[in-house]
Amino acid sequence: MTVTAVTIPIDRPRRSALGWAVSDTKAITWRNLVTLRRTPQLLVFSTIQPVIFVLMFRYVFGGAIQIPGVDYVNYLMPGIFAQTVTFGAIQTGIGLAEDLHKGLIERFRSLPMARSAVLAGRTLADLARNVFVVALMLAVGYAVGFRVETGVLGLLAGVAVILLFGFSLTWIFAIIGLSAPNAETAQAASFPVLAPLVFVSSAFVAIDTMPGWMQPFAEYQPVSVAVDAVRSLMLGGQFHDPARVVGSLAWSVGIVAVFAPLAVARYRRTA
Amino acid sequence: MDRDGILAENLQKRFGDVVALAGVDFAAPTGTVLGLLGPNGAGKTTAVRILTTILRADGGRAEVLGIPVDREPQAVRERIGLAGQYAAVDENLTGHENLRLMGLLTHLSEAAARRRADELLATFDLVDAARRPVRTYSGGMRRRLDVAAALVHRPPVLFLDEPTTGLDPGSRTDLWGVIAQLVSEGTTVLLTTQYLEEADRLADNIVVIDHGRVIARGTASELKATVGATIIEIDLADPANAQRARSALATHGLCDVDTDGHTVELKVKDGSHAAVEVVRTLDSEGLDPVSLTLREPTLDDVFLALTGHVAEGPPSGDGSAGARERRGAA
Repeated sequence: MTVTAVTIPIDRPRRSALGWAVSDTKAITWRNLVTLRRTPQLLVFSTIQPVIFVLMFRYVFGGAIQIPGVDYVNYLMPGIFAQTVTFGAIQTGIGLAEDLHKGLIERFRSLPMARSAVLAGRTLADLARNVFVVALMLAVGYAVGFRVETGVLGLLAGVAVILLFGFSLTWIFAIIGLSAPNAETAQAASFPVLAPLVFVSSAFVAIDTMPGWMQPFAEYQPVSVAVDAVRSLMLGGQFHDPARVVGSLAWSVGIVAVFAPLAVARYRRTA
Repeated sequence: MDRDGILAENLQKRFGDVVALAGVDFAAPTGTVLGLLGPNGAGKTTAVRILTTILRADGGRAEVLGIPVDREPQAVRERIGLAGQYAAVDENLTGHENLRLMGLLTHLSEAAARRRADELLATFDLVDAARRPVRTYSGGMRRRLDVAAALVHRPPVLFLDEPTTGLDPGSRTDLWGVIAQLVSEGTTVLLTTQYLEEADRLADNIVVIDHGRVIARGTASELKATVGATIIEIDLADPANAQRARSALATHGLCDVDTDGHTVELKVKDGSHAAVEVVRTLDSEGLDPVSLTLREPTLDDVFLALTGHVAEGPPSGDGSAGARERRGAA
């Protein structure tokens, strides 16, 4: 083995600190997307569960759930979108916990790269994954009878709301991932947080069928608000409710505003 | 230039009640190799993590090329390379992709990152595996890639935390060659190791730490000289004879019966002269040794003499076990 002389000048582009943060984030995002492509089982796991839910609620439970004035499949699919991105956010925590555990983050911390790039690259890659997963669920929904009632703009606006919501959640799970000793714990710690959010919500049933004490939580928690916003945008009619759209955007922006700085602080402390 | 490549002064770190570093001093002049030796949990890795900006010291001074690590971490990061105790490379990326990613994250241009990846894959004999995901690599290949990843941006200061643990002897010798060449070109290296032979081969200066304190320092030969110039090993085939030989020989120098019970180890100043004396003494006692060997002391002997226990072998198992142990015990 021979090493070429150290004196060869290194070709280093000149960029501002922000420019480097962007290019570092791009590099990490690329790396995470390559990982996703090379481990298709990750994608399969995160899509098979929602597909099963679609089929179960469409064909098994759906017959027993009556929502006046709408085909249940149309009511169901916005709930499925929210459920998919919510459970999918666990992957953010798992990915970070794995990087931490395998020593990759330790190496990243010794590099002159931007401190924010590891987290931003992870959440952006997970946003890209959500684009794919939501598109897939739209196709599955279409196959079982789901129809957008408001046209292309409504569809795109609904997708944007759900993607933003999913992106905001990844920051919460980034903190769990950075705090967990390993990927298994990150996953186990996430589920108890997620189950009540997804199921005590308007995702699958109308909130007024729940016990009275449960209704205030179900009404205002972020998953319900996101689901109602998507229904408003994709279905319109009796679901038309601009306040829920604004509410969902507020939830998403608020979650990012609180949890992104917490996640970055957590990352800086993580050794 | 008399500025030190690496400097630690009264370096202190505690984790809760555990004192990892209780005021450690060492320095590596530019272009030299400093070997940091010590058993698991001695504080070696903690010192490396402080000097590589991963961890903040509780007290003391840490500098790389004269730059204070705590106040200008970014400037330090641009000048250092770190290869960890376990292979911190991405399993799902290919070897080439891993090195390219490191190039981008150390702020080379895309073209330079690719070129450097090609060069290093050739240097570390990984060209054939360059386009395969790392999860298909053997342990030795990963370890080589890990060291290559530390060299992507040609850092003038290199931290190698047990770089050859788990490598086969051939790969280890190859890696030593690479390190020696980098040093001949002016790179400063801090090397932690449990292989005393490795420190003996590579390090200009050695610092031995145990329980967060420096317990010895010097060149390999200086450290060996503290043990005694020569070691005479006498195999007497059975423990009773060994004990008899030990009492008979005690006047000649520091004398010990080996753990196997039938070998006596005698540390003496003047080897060949002492050997004659030893043979005479054994003969007059009617003891007939199976073998009598003269050897130079190794750093293992130094370690044993200093710490009262044998240097531990390489940690077994894969990288992830190492990671866990490191987080807990470092």
